[in-house]
Amino acid sequence: MNTRNTKVMNRFDVTSRLIAKLKHEEAVVGGIGNTNFDLWAAGHRPQNFYMLGSMGLAFPIALGVALAQPDRRVFALEGDGSLLMQLGALSTIAALKPKNLIMIVMDNGIYQITGAQPTPAANVADIVAIATGSGLARSSWAADEEDFERLVDEAMSAAAPSLIAVRIDDKPGVGATRRDPVQIRERFMHGLGVREPL
Amino acid sequence: MAIAEQQKQGAGEKSWHGIVLQTLKRNEISLIPYVPDRVLTPLIKNLHADPFFTTFATAREEEAVGIVSGAWMGGRRGAVLMQTSGFATLANTLASLAVPYQIPLIMFVSERGTLGEFNYGQALVCRTMRPVLDSLALEHHTITRLDELEFIADRSIKQAVTTQAPVALILNPLLTGGKTFDK
Repeated sequence: MNTRNTKVMNRFDVTSRLIAKLKHEEAVVGGIGNTNFDLWAAGHRPQNFYMLGSMGLAFPIALGVALAQPDRRVFALEGDGSLLMQLGALSTIAALKPKNLIMIVMDNGIYQITGAQPTPAANVADIVAIATGSGLARSSWAADEEDFERLVDEAMSAAAPSLIAVRIDDKPGVGATRRDPVQIRERFMHGLGVREPL
Repeated sequence: MAIAEQQKQGAGEKSWHGIVLQTLKRNEISLIPYVPDRVLTPLIKNLHADPFFTTFATAREEEAVGIVSGAWMGGRRGAVLMQTSGFATLANTLASLAVPYQIPLIMFVSERGTLGEFNYGQALVCRTMRPVLDSLALEHHTITRLDELEFIADRSIKQAVTTQAPVALILNPLLTGGKTFDK
């Protein structure tokens, strides 16, 4: 739980490692800004959903997908600043216990995209302690890249929702998502098997 | 006697909350996140008691909108229950998620702030609701009569789904009895 023992990793690298592990059309919801820019840059998949606003809703949106499709693993990628906007969502998820939901928090302690201002939590709060205190017992810091991959593997077969926090550097996202919300939503629904293309 | 109670007697066994529950079920809307409200209590209680529905509280209305949006994309229909003051927290989420992504977000809003409101803050925040809905050109209906409830709710849900657009169904005190100072 102590962040001082964790390596500072890179968002794009960690995201790419996650995507490389997905073999069963797992859904991935990317929170706003750099989080979904790096998801986009890691290689578009039909099962990816990219938020273009509604800061803080990556976990709730992923929860909705997880409740709709309990047999599909659903990942949500969220920044620490975004998560701070919607901490109550952690308790909602803890109460519902969707075992197919895996939450990943990219924590650099800053609002990178707006000018790297520190978040109010940066020097005082611990995301994993908050998650654990919110009722998510399966919450861990990833010590390094190898540990991150191990935690993802464990979460894939867990019987409870998992949260993995990753300490990341202050680098901006590598790519830029195409901002076409209708197409993003429609492609995602195709990717989830809800609809067929016209 | 509250007007809503008189209407209830006039309509036999039918209550406003019974009609809402049956209309949700008939339209296969099974996921119901809510932020509670005194007036909505009988509806919330009956939704919890019915295993057809997955009914649960969220910490904020935005969260509930995110959940039903994700569920819609995953092939499951939902609706959000809230109070007027809760709707007032939603402008950004409506403008950046529900509207641009064309999600048929179905909202039931218990209307406070009018027809006997005793809390000045509720009266003020209520005045922001329709301007926000109108500014985004969102479909909304204020339901005042029990005999119109089923038609408005059922048609509005079907329209939301087929046109992939949000709708707000505002449950007025004339329908529900509202919340009064002595309760």
